[in-house]
Amino acid sequence: MSETALSQPQRNIVSRLWNDKETRSVIIQIIAFAAIFALFFYMIRNAVINLEAIGKDIDFAFLTQPASYDIGQTLIEYTSRSSHFTAMIVGIINTLLIAVFGIFLSTILGFTLGVLRLSKNWLTNKLAYVYIEYTRNVPVLLHILLIHGLIVHALPLPKNALNVGDAAFLTNRGFFLPSPQFEFLFWLVLGLFIIGIIFSLWFRSYAKKIQDSTGKYYPVFWISLGAIVGIPLIAYFILGSPIQWQIPELKGFNYKGGMVVRPEFIALWIALSCYTAAFIGEIVRAGITAVSWGQTEASSAFGINRSRTLSLVVIPQALRIIIPPLTSQYLNITKNSSLAIAIGYMDIVATIGGISLNQTGREMECMTIVLLLYLSFSLLISAFMNWYNKRIKLTER
Amino acid sequence: MRVTQFAALGAALSLTAMTAQAGTLEDVQARGELNCVVTVGVAGFAAPDENGKWTGFDVDFCRAVAAAVLGDGEKVKFVPTTGKTRFTVLNSGEGDILFRNTTETMSRDADLKLTFLPVNYYDGQGFLIRKELGITSAKDLGGASICIQTGTTTELNLADYFRVNGIDYEPVAIETNEEGITNYSANRCDVYTTDASGLASTRAALDDPSAHMILPEIISKEPLGGAVRNGDDQWADIGLWVVNASIIAEELGVTSANVAEHAAAAGNNPSINRLLGTEGDMGAMIGLDKEWAVRAISAGGNYAESFDRNIGPDTPIGLSRGLNALWTNGGILYAAPIR
Repeated sequence: MSETALSQPQRNIVSRLWNDKETRSVIIQIIAFAAIFALFFYMIRNAVINLEAIGKDIDFAFLTQPASYDIGQTLIEYTSRSSHFTAMIVGIINTLLIAVFGIFLSTILGFTLGVLRLSKNWLTNKLAYVYIEYTRNVPVLLHILLIHGLIVHALPLPKNALNVGDAAFLTNRGFFLPSPQFEFLFWLVLGLFIIGIIFSLWFRSYAKKIQDSTGKYYPVFWISLGAIVGIPLIAYFILGSPIQWQIPELKGFNYKGGMVVRPEFIALWIALSCYTAAFIGEIVRAGITAVSWGQTEASSAFGINRSRTLSLVVIPQALRIIIPPLTSQYLNITKNSSLAIAIGYMDIVATIGGISLNQTGREMECMTIVLLLYLSFSLLISAFMNWYNKRIKLTER
Repeated sequence: MRVTQFAALGAALSLTAMTAQAGTLEDVQARGELNCVVTVGVAGFAAPDENGKWTGFDVDFCRAVAAAVLGDGEKVKFVPTTGKTRFTVLNSGEGDILFRNTTETMSRDADLKLTFLPVNYYDGQGFLIRKELGITSAKDLGGASICIQTGTTTELNLADYFRVNGIDYEPVAIETNEEGITNYSANRCDVYTTDASGLASTRAALDDPSAHMILPEIISKEPLGGAVRNGDDQWADIGLWVVNASIIAEELGVTSANVAEHAAAAGNNPSINRLLGTEGDMGAMIGLDKEWAVRAISAGGNYAESFDRNIGPDTPIGLSRGLNALWTNGGILYAAPIR
């Protein structure tokens, strides 16, 4: 019997190891890790065996082949002769475009909503409340389909387009807007603008240094505004508005010239932004409410006025609470943009993960690419937000 | 100890999880049900009727195969797929056979590892447009917004056609025929393009079919047919001969109405006898019994019956036989003989 073959001290070691809380937890962790590893190994092996059985290999060479299909919204040069790789880049740009625009709009809307929710005005408060409860309790896919449906059904055809000042035309095929053609002098204005930003950054730290040592206070905001916006604006008009606008014109079926924002982009952008804004609104409200009222009272006791109390006392503390959940909302908006497929917006999922996949039959390869792309977007956003969070966190002295 | 147990368990699972590639016939018979991959809904080809029962031209072929293999044309589980999911569903084993107005191409055959069955509908890509636009030729479509199903051969033909003719267009990507109808009805696109048979079906489903027309240009060859996975020749043979049997039955004048009579005893036409198993045992060659074709024809009728009932001139779809007439009637439908 193996049991009796074990000498007394050996058995003691086994039971002692098992009875020791720390060792036991290590053993359990090793087992759990092995189990997870075995599960993944099994799944991948199974996929490889099955692919082999029907004679399919894993090969990324198709990326260099011509894609052979057209894409509605391309921000870079793309034709049906371009490669699947180029189609993927088009998809990446379209996804990033929706993510960046979505994050921008949802942040503005969300912060506004959060502040409105805290308003003492009953009507404002309740309106914001109703908006938030409605928006965040309906699946975002329905919002997307609803807004797309509204644009496509409610807006007129190109020949009866809603004419906005003979420059922009709103139709159910998209919003046709004038596109800017930059003349040489415009780059001078752009240069001034960049100089303005650099100057403001320097001026901010300079003003802080002066204030710390002498107590003298500069109106940093107004001076920065003048440098970044004011001076380039004056220069722009002095140089005689060096931007030509190309106005879209109705030709045949659709408008030509200018630039076009497709209904699919608008629907996705508005729906994702409004949906995410509801969540951000609640996060902002929670963050501001979490800062003890005593902080505000203490600040007033020092004679600091209300707006400076808000910007110097309340918001910095609220941000510490807001940033982590805000990060996850930014990640959500990026990932939810994959719902684009429902209305035919050509993002990553629709290009490389959709049409390319289908036309080449390379499921494993395409899905791997899509997965890695979303993973890297999410990790990048997380990394940036973590950096920002660290920067604004409570400095302990 | 536990770790090795887990490893052993994992190894055991991996072995059992290998899907059997051959033996689809046995799998289907053991299951008692045929999983047939169809479209999510193209009126006349495959769509559930008001009672939820699937009907259509493609559906009839599913039922014929089920009848031949299982003895009952009702023992079919329909697996609706979009243009994009169809081959994955078939290749993953979720479906046994595919009848989904699918174009047979070299890359699908070789690279997607499919085995195609005989063409059951010769089609070509056309354009559906509103009459009020006054367009009479596809060459005048420059700048138009065109609704196009993604993941289809029509998508590639469209890109080729406009590139060759040097005209531009805005592709509006849609997933299903249903979505195509919605977008076209809402005027999101000027033109809807897909196989001409699908357009006829779509046109019939619009509010006022007479306000729309199909442009004369047919820009591609779209031989539509069924398909099975590579690697099971017996199963592919069953699919192939069920489709052929349907066409041969029309050639020989065997219909669902008279098939029982013909099958009762050997007649003096040896072709009919071989088809219906009253002479020789052709069914055994593909792993079935003698009456396989009798059941297949009883289930949905011969090719002509199915065509006329689902998509023919007397249906709302209103397609004429055209290329799909028998070779003896000026078409190109020509099935290899059963012998």
